[in-house]
Amino acid sequence: MRSHVWRPLFVALAVVGLILIARAFVVPPDFGVYERGFMYGYHRRSNEKEWEQFKVKYRGKQYCMDCHPDKYESNMSSKHKVIQCENCHGPAIDHPEDPPKLTVDRSRKLCLRCHTKLPYPSSLRGKLKGINPEEHNPDMECSTCHNPHKPDMEGWS
Amino acid sequence: MEDVYVHGLEWTVKELFTYPNEFIYWSIQIVMYPLMTGLVAGAFVLSSLYHVFGQKDLKDMAKFSLVFSFALLIAAPMPLMFHLQHPLRGVEVFFTPHFTSAISAFGIVFFTYSMIVASEIWFVYRKYFVEQALALKGKEGLRNAVMRCIYRALTLGAYDISEKALEKDEKVIKVLAGVGIPVACFLHGYAGFIFGSVKANALWMTPLMPVIFIMSAIVSGIALCMLTYIVIMEWKKFRIKTSRRPWEVTAEEVGGVEIDLVRKTSKYLIGFMIAAFTLELLDLVFRGYTAVKSWDILRSVIYGKDFTNIFILQYGLGNILPFILLLLPRASIRRTVLALCLVLFGVFMMRWNVVIGGQAFSLTFAGYMHYNIPILPHNIETFKEGVLGALLIGIMPFGLFWVFNRVVPSLKYK
Amino acid sequence: MTDRREFLKTLLRGTLLAATSAGVIKFMKPSEVRAQIEQSNVRWGFLVDTYKCVGCGFCVKACKLENEVPYDVPVTRTWVERYVILKDGRVLADTPMGARDGFISAEVQETIVKPDEITKAFFVPKLCNQCDKPPCVQVCPVGATYQRADGVVLVDRSWCIGCGYCIMACPYGVRFFHPVYRTAEKCTFCIHRLVKGMKTACVDACPFGARQVGNLKDINDPVTKVILTERVGVLKDEYGTKPQVYYLGLDETVR
Repeated sequence: MRSHVWRPLFVALAVVGLILIARAFVVPPDFGVYERGFMYGYHRRSNEKEWEQFKVKYRGKQYCMDCHPDKYESNMSSKHKVIQCENCHGPAIDHPEDPPKLTVDRSRKLCLRCHTKLPYPSSLRGKLKGINPEEHNPDMECSTCHNPHKPDMEGWS
Repeated sequence: MEDVYVHGLEWTVKELFTYPNEFIYWSIQIVMYPLMTGLVAGAFVLSSLYHVFGQKDLKDMAKFSLVFSFALLIAAPMPLMFHLQHPLRGVEVFFTPHFTSAISAFGIVFFTYSMIVASEIWFVYRKYFVEQALALKGKEGLRNAVMRCIYRALTLGAYDISEKALEKDEKVIKVLAGVGIPVACFLHGYAGFIFGSVKANALWMTPLMPVIFIMSAIVSGIALCMLTYIVIMEWKKFRIKTSRRPWEVTAEEVGGVEIDLVRKTSKYLIGFMIAAFTLELLDLVFRGYTAVKSWDILRSVIYGKDFTNIFILQYGLGNILPFILLLLPRASIRRTVLALCLVLFGVFMMRWNVVIGGQAFSLTFAGYMHYNIPILPHNIETFKEGVLGALLIGIMPFGLFWVFNRVVPSLKYK
Repeated sequence: MTDRREFLKTLLRGTLLAATSAGVIKFMKPSEVRAQIEQSNVRWGFLVDTYKCVGCGFCVKACKLENEVPYDVPVTRTWVERYVILKDGRVLADTPMGARDGFISAEVQETIVKPDEITKAFFVPKLCNQCDKPPCVQVCPVGATYQRADGVVLVDRSWCIGCGYCIMACPYGVRFFHPVYRTAEKCTFCIHRLVKGMKTACVDACPFGARQVGNLKDINDPVTKVILTERVGVLKDEYGTKPQVYYLGLDETVR
């Protein structure tokens, strides 16, 4: 083994050693093979927790009801009860602390998401009440005539 | 405002029905990457033809192509670094390799292969290193001191250059060159596997892909080595002819290109070209004959959108024309150079048609994507994944070879 | 001289120890794996009822805002496709901006379609299929994307090198590079909501119940009941990915 022939091999082994040492410092200690095996479960365990702690922004209708019971009641007695408050009002996040005020989307485009008439058989869209946006009062806001919380009654009450 | 950048949006033109997240994510650098590893593999195989199979006619070519393949090898991961969204994290491939991924093999195969090539160079030039280290001893000047340090380090402390030791070296070189061939083929075959194993891509998924890649790799490697050899030798001859003070080498020492050598090497080139072309044709015929679900869209890409790229540029200009040029008797240097350039262009187009062509159609099989390669960059992304980035990668091995050749003279050491 | 040699030997021994003990990959013991599998009584799955989808795109809007995917770029974790099949056999399909703003025009693929030309037309919401055999995870070279015990496939943004191999490997086109973090990005089934007992943002935002998420290991879960009792389909099963997003009313024209 004292032959010079082995010297390049020693250099190679030294490099491998360096990589292994670097590896011990760089790779997080919880990096490993978990439930789904090496093919699908090779990862850093703590990343699962990081994703689980991601901030929730859409809080749901119940969250809105706590402070706005009147709006909730009125909405729940109409056909629009299926629509989440936050679909139009934007995500609550930590409202009323942050943000203190939500930006409401009052645009025609918002209503047209469902109410542009698209005559599609075999799709629920074909059965929804709809208009042709170019013909139906094109320059007016929908909310001028329709109450978005309670669309059954024309106009505001 | 955070820096929002949609990768691929700038150079992708979408047509008909595509999914919203589809873009040309793998662009010019992924064309360059298999091109470079292909050149590495090819250059090494060429040098091994002499060392292992004793093809004496390739002796001079072997030394040059060995050092050149090392220069190519160092440059080969650069396209990947340019392509990665987080290049600094690329080293993770060594730290947490996920071996079910074809790319993770890169770390191990690349390291093994570069060690083999480096060791082989060491054994070939060991005598020279020792001689230089001894000759520079006690010489004045910073340059000499630096060079002496480099050569001393390169000897790895082994100063035994007796007949017996050199004989041992020869044996080891033979072994390394022999082991290197399968590793070189593996290095490039796995580059083909990276594409061939993507089941989501109808154009890429074929078991023939690694074999096709190896064949075209050897073709490109041989062609580039021949071309570089011719250019360097002719330039040296030209410089000595025009120089008034030929103080370093004489015209006899350089001798220019040996046409016999070029003709013999081109025979190997033709052989591998036939193999590559046959396999590609087989793949095409098989796809058309079996005509599975994806064939409709593939046909519209192969015979429609990419017709010029595939049949005129790749097969016509890149395969058939140089084939004829090389086969016609009494090849001249000039004709060979033209043929070699065309061969290299053909291999580049083959990589292009695989990488870009594979993304030319949508996963919906009902839409297309077109790659508008960025020419003038206006940000770092359009530089890296544009014409300039590719050119930079293209000239990198030549720059490296120039540097290596200062230390390891592969062209004048007879 | 001997001192130096001794020192080098000690250093070598120390580094070897460090490299082998701390550096070795952490594996779970077989008993641990068995215990985990018995424990894990959750496998998240998804059910899409294409009859109910009206193409309002509220799911896409909610997803983008909930998960901080930049709003004004085309890439998105979930999207809705529109298919309009004409009497002459032509299939028109589109998904403008992933249907972030819904479908508010009758124009499809720059074609104005007359109602009497249509033979059938419908909407298909798409999202990550959280495959049982995820090809995207298989090809990640560094273990930056992985599958949880409950089936959800996630991306470790601090470890992803951004090679794009996973994007290429997904037959459904659900992956993309996050425009800010520049790492591979995909639907997480809103795992941060599921673990808190909530539904995903897209499920909550859907007014018509076209989207539902449920635990496939619980046979009393409404989603599981539908999958077990009704005729459901999955997308592109020919790739062998075992997708876990089930569709009611899937059509052969759906891509």
